[in-house]
Amino acid sequence: MMLGFESRVATRFLREGRMQTVLIIIGVAAGVAVVAYISALITGLQQNTIEKTLGAQAHLTLSPLDDVVLSARAPASADTAALVQTQPRAQRPRSISNWQLLVPLLEAMPEVLAVSPMVSAAGLATRGEASKAIALMGVDLDRYDRIVSLRAKVVDGTARLEPGEGIIGRELANDLGVRVGDRIGIVTGGVTDSLRVTALVDLGVRDLNRRTVIVPLRTAQSLANLPGGATSLDLTLLDIWSAQTLADDLGVRWPYKAESWQQANAQLVSALNAQSVSTAVIRGVVMVVVVLGIASVLVVSVVQKRREIGILRAMGATQGQVLRIFLLQGAIVGALGSVLGVLLAVLLIGVFTHFVRGADGLPLFNITLEPALALRIAAIATVCGVLAAVAPARSAAKLDPAEAIRL
Amino acid sequence: MNAHPLAPPAALLQLDGVRKRYNIGLPNEAEVLHGVSLSIGRGEFVALIGPSGSGKSTLLNILGLLEHMTAGSYRIDGEEVSGLDDAALTLRRRSTLGFIFQFHHLLPAFSALENVTLPALMREGRITPAQRERARAVLAAVGLGDAMNKRPGELSGGMQQRVAIARALVLEPPLVLADEPTGNLDTVSADEVFALMRTMHAELKTSFLVVTHDPRLAARCDRVIELVDGRLVRDGAAVGVREGT
Repeated sequence: MMLGFESRVATRFLREGRMQTVLIIIGVAAGVAVVAYISALITGLQQNTIEKTLGAQAHLTLSPLDDVVLSARAPASADTAALVQTQPRAQRPRSISNWQLLVPLLEAMPEVLAVSPMVSAAGLATRGEASKAIALMGVDLDRYDRIVSLRAKVVDGTARLEPGEGIIGRELANDLGVRVGDRIGIVTGGVTDSLRVTALVDLGVRDLNRRTVIVPLRTAQSLANLPGGATSLDLTLLDIWSAQTLADDLGVRWPYKAESWQQANAQLVSALNAQSVSTAVIRGVVMVVVVLGIASVLVVSVVQKRREIGILRAMGATQGQVLRIFLLQGAIVGALGSVLGVLLAVLLIGVFTHFVRGADGLPLFNITLEPALALRIAAIATVCGVLAAVAPARSAAKLDPAEAIRL
Repeated sequence: MNAHPLAPPAALLQLDGVRKRYNIGLPNEAEVLHGVSLSIGRGEFVALIGPSGSGKSTLLNILGLLEHMTAGSYRIDGEEVSGLDDAALTLRRRSTLGFIFQFHHLLPAFSALENVTLPALMREGRITPAQRERARAVLAAVGLGDAMNKRPGELSGGMQQRVAIARALVLEPPLVLADEPTGNLDTVSADEVFALMRTMHAELKTSFLVVTHDPRLAARCDRVIELVDGRLVRDGAAVGVREGT
């Protein structure tokens, strides 16, 4: 369809009402800028939060099913009452059965990026008179590095886990007065061992840094009294948001407990969801305001242009042509406002990144307006412009030409 | 009243028993045209006269396919158009009619040349070089060769009406409907504009129906139709039209 006539008249009408047009384009630009800026900000904030959260934990963890107490057998006759009292069983460290066979099976799954066996146990780290409660983690360094990028978190020393070596959290090192190369004692149950600290790590959470001790898998097996065992398998997934689905699937398929990062961080996920909903509401309200702004200007324009519309209709313009003239005006206002709005959002993001910084002088988190997001917002605003023009355009198209000319 | 007995056999327009009622079913229902019949042939230059409130504008709107009649028949080139829907009427209007209004009704945001090229742009979605040249030629013919790029606001009333005439004629429609085209002009400008319409009529053989209150101008038409209280009271040669009619 050639829109030469419609586009020529639409642009002239907009140019004629210059002040009105400029004001509404600025209004649309402001709306688009707010939507784009908030979207980028919230996306950056959420990505940062998730990255920090998942930086120290697996996307999905497989572990043995909990020990449970089976209820007493039902009485043989109906008139006999059974008084049953059960108490939850204390969970002892247990190994995942056949974990060595399970690892290649999990690695073969398309959604799984990495699998890392782990032996975890509670214990104490000692040095001289000092002792601190610790969470002991026995891992294969290369595999575990693919789960939490451990090497990237080293703040001192070099990540290495040969027999008799260990990596500990930065705060724990401070508490124990340990530096790289020093030795510490590890006590778990009745077993005691000592290891040389090869690296200090910052896991992003102070509490984790205060109790984390990472040792070779075999060392942990020995300390936890689980020879050849693994208390859990940590998984990194291609898409973090598929964790819950895969956990449900694995939980049904195999006799293991599968826990997604969402289950392990239920409160965080709720907060993120609430944040997303709030952002969507703000975006929706802003878009409604944009639509109403465009619509109100076009309604006024239809009233102002009644005579011109009547002349055009008398000259042979169809109702469809008049309709399209006003729809195009909405689209033009929406598109120009979108372009300006996106540029304004980029400027706002630049200002935020430049001026809002943490104590270390670095930006609080990475915030960027992805081209795809900018395009999507611009497209939505343009469509909103067209939608806003529908009612005024229809009323313009329905004008009685004879009456419009008479006015 | 029946069709004019002297009308050419192949009438361009043919109205038979046209009635127009407003506010149908309401207490203020009123009939403003009471069975008007007339025909206009190709190449005629006709004046439509009558006192205010006689139904001239309503008749012009019906002839211009801008209003529906309540009853009767309206044929253009033999085709009945009274039952056509809005889209079909619009296309018929586009292909058959040109309009000249009392207040010129040019689009103020467009230059004189753009106003004149609008009908072609509206019809085809673009303007060919030939159409642009044609528009320039018509504007030159109406004496506006030097004012083509001026906006209506920069032109005098007479010049604006010349642009309106050029716009009405640029696509050479078979019929031009002119609603008091000189009503807003001083006598000198009115005479010039009327003379221009006659010249264009002579050159292009376009039919003209001119609504006018000015008996001097009506007397210079080939034929005069007079409407009084919604009825045709006269349809004949312009001879005998005097000031005050």
